[in-house]
Parts: sequence; C-alpha cells; structure tokens
Amino acid sequence: MPPQKEKNLTSQIGPAIEVALDSIALRFGSYGVLTDLSFDIPRGQFVALVGPTGCGKSSVLNLVAGLLKPSAGSLRTGGRLLDSINRDAAYMLQQDGLLPWKSVLENVMLGPVLRGTSKIQAAKDAKVWIERVGLRDFESRYPSQLSGGQRKRVAMAQALINRLPILLMDESFSALDVQTRALMENEFLELWQELRATVLFVTHDLEEAIAMADRVLLFTAGPHARLKGDYAVPLPRPRKVEETRFIPGFAELYETVWRNLKEEVMAAYVR
Amino acid sequence: MSGEKRAHVLAVQMALLVVFVGTWEWASRLRWIDPFFFSQPSIFGGRAFQWLTEPGFLLGGRSVYHHLFVTMQEMIGGFVLGVGFGVIVGFALGRSRFWSAVLNPYIQVLNALPRLVLAPIFVLLLGIDERSKIALGFSLVFFIVFFNAYRGVRDVDRNIVNNARMLGASEAQLARHVLLPSAMTWILSSLHTSVGFALVGAVVGEYLAAAQGLGWIISQAQGNFDAAGVYAGMLILCVVVIVVEFGVTWLERRLIRWKDINETMFA
Repeated sequence: MPPQKEKNLTSQIGPAIEVALDSIALRFGSYGVLTDLSFDIPRGQFVALVGPTGCGKSSVLNLVAGLLKPSAGSLRTGGRLLDSINRDAAYMLQQDGLLPWKSVLENVMLGPVLRGTSKIQAAKDAKVWIERVGLRDFESRYPSQLSGGQRKRVAMAQALINRLPILLMDESFSALDVQTRALMENEFLELWQELRATVLFVTHDLEEAIAMADRVLLFTAGPHARLKGDYAVPLPRPRKVEETRFIPGFAELYETVWRNLKEEVMAAYVR
Repeated sequence: MSGEKRAHVLAVQMALLVVFVGTWEWASRLRWIDPFFFSQPSIFGGRAFQWLTEPGFLLGGRSVYHHLFVTMQEMIGGFVLGVGFGVIVGFALGRSRFWSAVLNPYIQVLNALPRLVLAPIFVLLLGIDERSKIALGFSLVFFIVFFNAYRGVRDVDRNIVNNARMLGASEAQLARHVLLPSAMTWILSSLHTSVGFALVGAVVGEYLAAAQGLGWIISQAQGNFDAAGVYAGMLILCVVVIVVEFGVTWLERRLIRWKDINETMFA
C-alpha cells in the first residue's frame, strides 16, 4: 500500500482532526507556562514540537496525555473533550518508564493486559512486537540487563503494541548515542508508516525534527510560551533520517526555522 | 565471590568461633572468670543438648520443644500481624497525602515511645498467655514495616507511574503492577529486622509474665541462679534466629529476583 497516495486521498476529503488545542493556558501557581495556545493536528500527521529549553513543549505532551489539566481553554482528541487520562494516546517518555520488576516480555504485554486482553493473546502479540524491534533473544531479560538502546526498543514496542491513534514522544531518542539514534529513528519511521498514528514529537534537535516530521511547530521562550511558527515539511516519504539533509529543500527549511528558533533561544538565555 | 574465597571466609569464621568458645571454656575452668555468672560452654551446651535429646527431661512439666513451639507461635503471630497491618497501613497512607499529613505527628509519637514499656499493659489487658506476647511483637514489627511500605509507595518512580497510567492502568492495576512491587523491595529489606523484633516481643513478653516459652525458661533459670540454664536458653534462641534468617533471605531472593540479577551482574 503506497502511503503517499492514501495521504493525498484523505487531504482531498479534508482529514479528520485528531488533536485540537483551543486557547489553552497552563499555569503552575503564579508561573504561566503556556498562554493562548491553539492548533489542530489532522489524523495521521507527524508533528515535531521545537523550542528553547523550558518553553513548555513537554507540558503540551502532558496535556494531550491527560496527565496535566489546562488552566484555561479546551483540548479535544478524536473529537472528544479530554478530561482525564487520554486512553487513545501512547506516551514514549524521555526516560523510559519500563517496570524494572518485569521481564522484557512482561513489559511489552503490559499494555494489552491492562486493557483487558487475555494473557495468552497479549504474550502472542508482545512476541511479534519484540521481534519487530529486534529483541527476540531478550524476552526473558530484565530491564537492568539491557543497554540504553535495547531499553528504548522495549519502550517503543511497549508504546506501539496498543495501536493507539495518538503517539506522544518526549525526546525519545535524545539519550542515545549518535549511531543507535539514527538506527532507532529509521526503525521508528518504518513502524509509523505502517501504523499511521498521529504523532506529537518533542525534540530540541531541529535536524531530527525536520527529518522525521510532516510539520514543525516552533514555540517561543517561556514563561507564557506561545506558538511562534508553523512550518510544513514538504519532503517525500519514506525517508532515511541520515539522508534527508541532502534532499533539496531541507537546507532552506532548516535555515528559516533555525533563524526564528535562535531568536527564542537567545531570549531564553537572556532570561 | 568465588568458591575458594567463600571456603576461606568460612574457615576463618569457624576458627573465630573455636577461639571464642575455647577461650570462654578455659577461662571459666581456670577460674579467670566466675563460672557462677558466666557458666561454661561445655556445661550449658550440654544442658541444651540434654533438653533437646532427653524426652524425659521436662521444664515446668513440658518438653523444651513445647516451649520452643510456644515461642515460635508467638513470634510468627506478632510477625504476620505486624507485617500485614504494616503493609496495609503503610500502603494506604502512602497513597493519601491528606491522611498521612493528619496522622504524621501521632505516628511519630507512637514510634518514639519505647514499645517495651507497653508490655505490662498488654499483660494486664490480654493476660499472660500468647496474646500479650503477640501484641508486643506486633507493636514492634508494625512500625518498621509501616515506615518501609510507606516509603516504598512514596518513592516510586514518577516516570514508571505515568508510563503505566498511559498504558492503561486503573488505580487498582497501578497498585498491583507498580506500587506493590516497588514497595516490595523496601518491605523485604525490613523483614530481617522485623523477624528479630518479633522474637524480642515474644521472649521479653514471656520473660515478664508467662507460664511457658523460652523466655519463661530463661527467667526461671535466672530465678534459680542457674547461669547455665540462662545460657542454654540463649543458645537455642540463637539457633532459631539463624534458621529464620535463612528463611527470610530465601524469600527475599525469590520475590525480588529482578534486583538480584542486577546486583550479581554488576557486582
């Protein structure tokens, strides 16, 4: 199935909106994290959120996850107003949240088990996913026995196995070494092409953002962060992350976003 | 540790024991120390052996095994109740910030109170049978386990909790898959101390007021100025503690295997 074609089809009909933020504000006490934030994300879009440190990008993920509640404004996912934990979203945290007392297999099958799938079926699914992320011989290991890259693979299988429509990723690959990182990014893109989840991807690495996403949202420096720019990434798919930078158009886009990002980074630095 | 090293450690341990017991024995025989107070390993060892092997040798009309059984019963009673309630209350307060804030000063006061002074009250309240000893053991064990369970629930990694929530965990599932296993490491590390305290509760309780049990035997021997009887009772208690310790270690290994693997890998 050529994914490109399907995407064109949906855009002709007008794709459904998966995530919609409407004048969202978030305050912790007197500290305003986000102010008047509004954007829509169509179903199946891969969106990268970039901005200077402390601009509240991670808070946006936590809001969509339902782990935080907005102080003002409304947040809809899949057309429904979100008022508790978002059951339609998987979340890949920066520091993986693997359960140290469960083996790789038990960790990956946890999602389906928690959602009521029988253990036998969940184990069957989990084995497929573990194989997909290349950890077939590691099923019975515990997280403490894995390398950083392997743990990330487990976290990826754990997040993807539930096949949820929304995927939230918070600097998911930034803790990895450069080679492992490029490898994981490509593997992830491959899996994503197949699942077609709507992705919100927080990163501080602009190159990673452009290489992976369909769209880049740029945030201003906090406090009271708001949206500064919204850029479409017109690069063809499927992509190889380490090769995208040679594709015509990449450099121009990078430069445009970077110039704007730099202003905000400087602003954040001065504060 | 390699097998050779372990054998070495064991050999030195044995040598230390022989030197200690031998010095005691000879010092007592040569009257460097007064055998009236310090007895003599050969004498109290023989006494303990006699208690354990001669079926006709009765203490207060019952065999030493009966007394041992009574003490063990009290110890296990205090231990099980203390651990059970400690885990439940620790868990509940760990989950509720409001109630832990409300109850905090009261728990601190109760914990600061030396619980052995409660022994007379338990005797008055519950009589001189097993129940007063179980209550004393309970009061000692409860706080140790409670604080550890509480801490285990509080110290659970926020990342893991959020991850489990996002994967679809309800509150009950969160308790079962995340909070309980997390608290388990803390609770298990407290069990070694708790077992000891459960035994303290049983023996001290018997020592104060009882009609049977090892503590009672020791107190009777003391009343008769029979140092050998006191030491023989202590010897049997020591063996009991060692056996129970092995049991707890075994349980710990089984229940937190994931951690054990981690430690042996990077040791």
